[in-house]
Amino acid sequence: MAGTWVFVEQKDGNIRKVTFEMLAEAKKFGDEVSAVVFGKGVEALAPEFAKYGADKVYVADADVFGEYNTGAYVAQMVAMIAEYKPNAIMFAHTFNGRDFASRLAQKLEAGLATDVIKAEISAGKGLFTRAIYAGKVLAKVEITTDPILATIRAGVFEVVESAGAGAVVKPAVVATAADVYQTIKDFKPTVSARPELTEAPVVVSGGRGCKGPEGIKVVEQLADLLGAALGGSRASIDSGWLGHELQVGQTGKVVNPNLYIACGISGAIQHLAGMSSSKFIACINTDPEAPIFNVSDFGVVGDLFKVIPLTVDELKK
Amino acid sequence: MKVLVCVKQTFDTEAKIELKDGKIAEAGINLIINPYDEVAVEGAIQLKEKNVVNEVVVISAGADKAMDAIRTALAMGADRGILIKQDTAADEYARAVALAAVIKEENPELVLAGHVAADDGSSQVPTRIAEILGYPHINVITSLEIADGKVTCSSEADGGTQVTEVSLPAVISSQVSWNEPRYPSMKGIMQAKKKPVSTVDAVAADNKIKIVEYALPAAKQAGIKIEEDPDVAAAKLADWIMNTAKAEIKK
Ligand SMILES: Cc1cc2nc3c(=O)[nH]c(=O)nc-3n(C[C@H](O)[C@H](O)[C@H](O)COP(=O)(O)OP(=O)(O)OC[C@H]3O[C@@H](n4cnc5c(N)ncnc54)[C@H](O)[C@@H]3O)c2cc1C
Ligand SMILES: Nc1ncnc2c1ncn2[C@@H]1O[C@H](COP(=O)(O)O)[C@@H](O)[C@H]1O
Repeated sequence: MAGTWVFVEQKDGNIRKVTFEMLAEAKKFGDEVSAVVFGKGVEALAPEFAKYGADKVYVADADVFGEYNTGAYVAQMVAMIAEYKPNAIMFAHTFNGRDFASRLAQKLEAGLATDVIKAEISAGKGLFTRAIYAGKVLAKVEITTDPILATIRAGVFEVVESAGAGAVVKPAVVATAADVYQTIKDFKPTVSARPELTEAPVVVSGGRGCKGPEGIKVVEQLADLLGAALGGSRASIDSGWLGHELQVGQTGKVVNPNLYIACGISGAIQHLAGMSSSKFIACINTDPEAPIFNVSDFGVVGDLFKVIPLTVDELKK
Repeated sequence: MKVLVCVKQTFDTEAKIELKDGKIAEAGINLIINPYDEVAVEGAIQLKEKNVVNEVVVISAGADKAMDAIRTALAMGADRGILIKQDTAADEYARAVALAAVIKEENPELVLAGHVAADDGSSQVPTRIAEILGYPHINVITSLEIADGKVTCSSEADGGTQVTEVSLPAVISSQVSWNEPRYPSMKGIMQAKKKPVSTVDAVAADNKIKIVEYALPAAKQAGIKIEEDPDVAAAKLADWIMNTAKAEIKK
């Protein structure tokens, strides 16, 4: 059995942090750990994975892998699984990761645990914890189908450096343009000087209590001082104060930062589903009865328009 | 053109969850159509109103009570329903197999679904269905257009938004921002009672995963709550941010 594989999440050579989180976690299972990277011109990334303990780095480098597309990626992975027989494969629970893993799992008629927050993998058996019902229940699922497949939530595992051999393996490229069935017509990257929500160590979010774009500006001041990602509740997104990609919650993104600061957010269950597993939570809210206080480690009853600028001044001292 | 919409009956998102005998207690829980599936139903009805589609069929796999979810979709404006009787303990593999078998029989040009079920959802079923049927798929869409045997959708993507085109037949899963689902009208509810719904048994398929345990997350410890003058509160908050949460300050 060729140990645990971690599928690398990268775009244009930029590797997502969750990849390193998965590598560090996979090391704990004691078996061989490999990074698997698909893309175009990605071989140069190999030493990056060795830094986080990858014993091997499988590199499938070809034009057809230039952009994520389900058909070609699945065809390639199926061939590599048959050739190298990994015990388990971990994917990131990103849009691409869950798309890839689901179609692969069905092709292999295998089980798949998605959005995993805890993992234990041994030979032929995976035990995974998933947060379901908007985070209100934890389900432990067992997978014994071959290989064991899971998608992992970003931010739940710690990045730990450890030297690995990082031996590059170049499997035969079997996927061709004929495997591609989705044509990507356009891709608009989110342009922001701030870190991305799911990767940021600090997230500062604004809700309806911001009352408008002016209030969001106040929240942004705090976010930028902390080098934080900016987020929002559905109320502030539906009001058009923030872009859709910044919604935190059940229908938005699930974030897992070290620190989450909720400003003018009541803490509806659908919002909590997206942030309640953050390590530290603070809130600023005028209503002492707001449910957000129930999940906050530090809550300020007060007006964000007054408290935030003063907090910014204090932090600058 | 015919559209099939997969609707799952789920717990109301506001429901308080309790465990009983190691299982999630269902008694007293309000059941609804999965909110993402409601958006898919709305999308299908709008395609019919634009004359792109002439029949909207809703299918649901589950217990007898899933009939309520089908009736709600019919009241919104779907034409016909199919209830696939299946143990609600069926996993995403078994559900995809059961749904795909009926979809194959119906042979629609388009299959719509939600991108995730709000209860124990896994974001797998639509993609699994697509694989079984050999159809292309697009997930988490926020707009959809059909022309010349192709479907083009905007969707959420990692680090941005994307426009993707695939040929029909295809499986498409929705994000809630695609549209605003309508409330069934009184007339719709009356008409739904007369609309045809057939019932079939799910094809046999074994689960691929096993749930070994349910647990409630540990209740959070009550934190600090302060109600003081803004300057005092700000000083305390700043101190907590720096010394307890240990966030870095970018001066
Ligand atoms: C199926 C479904 C999915 C959903 N998905 C999501 C999701 O992904 N994410 C999400 O966020 N919501 C989601 N929602 C919506 C959710 O139920 C709430 O409506 C939403 O989170 C409320 O946003 P809010 O807290 O900003 O607004 P409100 O609930 O209106 O709260 C505003 C808060 O601001 C406080 N406030 C007012 N003025 C000030 C001030 N000057 N200073 C400080 N505080 C002030 C108020 O006391 C109040 O607590 C979903 C709902 C459904 C039904
Ligand atoms: N039992 C079911 N009956 C009908 N549709 C389902 C069922 N389970 C899942 N689906 C569809 O698949 C989508 C994603 O579900 P899931 O993969 O479980 O998160 C749902 O939004 C539904 O559209």
